Amino acid sequence: MRGVRHYPGFLAITVLCLVVLYAPLLVIMAYSFNGSTSITSWGGFSLRWYADVFTGPESARFGQAAWNSLTIAVIAASLSTMIATAAAVAMVRGGAFRGKRATFALINVPLMVPEIVTAVATLIFFAMIGLTTGYLTVLIAHVTFCIPFAYLPIAARLQGIEGHYEQAARDLYASRWQAFRLILLPLLAPGVVSGLLLAFIISLDDFIITNFVKGAGMETLPTAIFGSVKQGIKPNIMAISTLMLAVSVLFVTLSYLINRKGRRSP
Amino acid sequence: MAGIADQTPATGDDSYRRIVAPLLLPTWAVIGIFLVLPVGLMAVYSFLTKEFRGGVDWQFSLAAYDQFFLNRGLFGDEPPVLEWTYITIFWRSIWQAVVATLLCLAIGFPTAWFIATRPAHSRGVWLFLITIPYWVNLLIRTVSLKFLIRDNGPLNEALLGIGLIDGPLPLVNTNLAVQLGLFYSYLPFMVLPIYAAVERYNFALSEAAADLYASRWVTLREIVLPIVKPGIVAGCLLVFIPSLGAFLAPDLLGGAKNFMIGSLIDEQFKGSLGNWPFGAAVSMILMTLVMIALLLYARSAAKGGAA
Repeated sequence: MRGVRHYPGFLAITVLCLVVLYAPLLVIMAYSFNGSTSITSWGGFSLRWYADVFTGPESARFGQAAWNSLTIAVIAASLSTMIATAAAVAMVRGGAFRGKRATFALINVPLMVPEIVTAVATLIFFAMIGLTTGYLTVLIAHVTFCIPFAYLPIAARLQGIEGHYEQAARDLYASRWQAFRLILLPLLAPGVVSGLLLAFIISLDDFIITNFVKGAGMETLPTAIFGSVKQGIKPNIMAISTLMLAVSVLFVTLSYLINRKGRRSP
Repeated sequence: MAGIADQTPATGDDSYRRIVAPLLLPTWAVIGIFLVLPVGLMAVYSFLTKEFRGGVDWQFSLAAYDQFFLNRGLFGDEPPVLEWTYITIFWRSIWQAVVATLLCLAIGFPTAWFIATRPAHSRGVWLFLITIPYWVNLLIRTVSLKFLIRDNGPLNEALLGIGLIDGPLPLVNTNLAVQLGLFYSYLPFMVLPIYAAVERYNFALSEAAADLYASRWVTLREIVLPIVKPGIVAGCLLVFIPSLGAFLAPDLLGGAKNFMIGSLIDEQFKGSLGNWPFGAAVSMILMTLVMIALLLYARSAAKGGAA
């Protein structure tokens, strides 16, 4: 049986694929623990660059950037998840209605337009309406492009939930809101959490759009790192990168586990 | 790709039919006002006149497109000839994106096949391993790659150490570095759709081919590839499109010689030297290319569905 499924060399290529994907990340993680000030030589294991991130000369700048990144990601993920949940309920539980296909296309627009084009268009829009670029403009842009990422897991989850539960609740005189809050939302929760986490990571990850609409003086972590890397890769950047990497992996793992658990229950 | 939400759910539920509009209003408003409208404004902007301080004058003008396609000499009074500067940048970007896509396919197809032929319970773990790097910040991944392949970086040191090379391989600031960077950025996009197609493939067909004395590779070419083609096409598109407008990989790994569309656009919006209408025009041309690719894809998908 193994015969037709097996192709010689495919295992080797898969291993190569994983090596290519992980080698750069593992190398930067390893070097973030380097005790030497030079990035080329190994000076023994040390946490000095992690200390440098929090107390060093650049700590104030990176601290402010991290705060901006974090608050924008939390607010953008929350808002886009609420918007996407309402949209998913309408798209999956709204029957056939006029403009359904157009709405589906609209939700996908942020995925289809190249990121740099979105960045240019958003910047021009804000300049035209006279809104000064800064924290607020970055936040608005993030809410917008996070919607499809929040939408996909929520809609997928909602499709797997049968309507009988809500129907039963409605038959027992629950209002539509009660049926949603007490029946549908708890069933939908794994999808909502998954969408929230993905939107959070997508927001945290963004560089191009943020770089266009942030204006002067305002930084998020990616734009601060980019500015610093332009002068060469310094060890403290590796420490920050490793910390961000850990946060991303943690969140994706959480999202994966929640989704898997969600699929097993009802 | 026709859309998850297009399918009517199994229950045919329409309990929220009466409040569809208020539920969708936030989505319409946010994406409509902050993305669709701005793209429309960008189109208008590309036909405006550039002002010297980096702003615009509300005067209709074809100057941006003229600058892109035509060269009228230093003083603008010579008969126009085709301007190659920007077309070359586009051509280079398309070429880089094509090479990155082919690299992704060469590595991604065997990987997707291998994962799809694992026992069902372990596929999830393999897929998870492939997707984790995608969720790590793209900037950090690109910086990591640059650190790894730079002249006196770990890769060159290792190769020197085992005596494979005599001097460091100059990888950074080359075309190859950009291709590697794009490949590294978007590889998971190739693996996932091909995996989805191979997973649905009926292996009895391969067995039938083997019974009729077809070799493995003949079976792969004649039976498997035509059937999983939609997955391959989707994967290629998902890699090609973001590669075409990529900014980070060319900017950090390519250096000034390997300028791509992303950097060209970026430059038009930086400081007082910028030219917003020209930047808008280049963005419009990039978006047109992407839309053409998507339309071709939609047509081939429709044909595949009909066959």
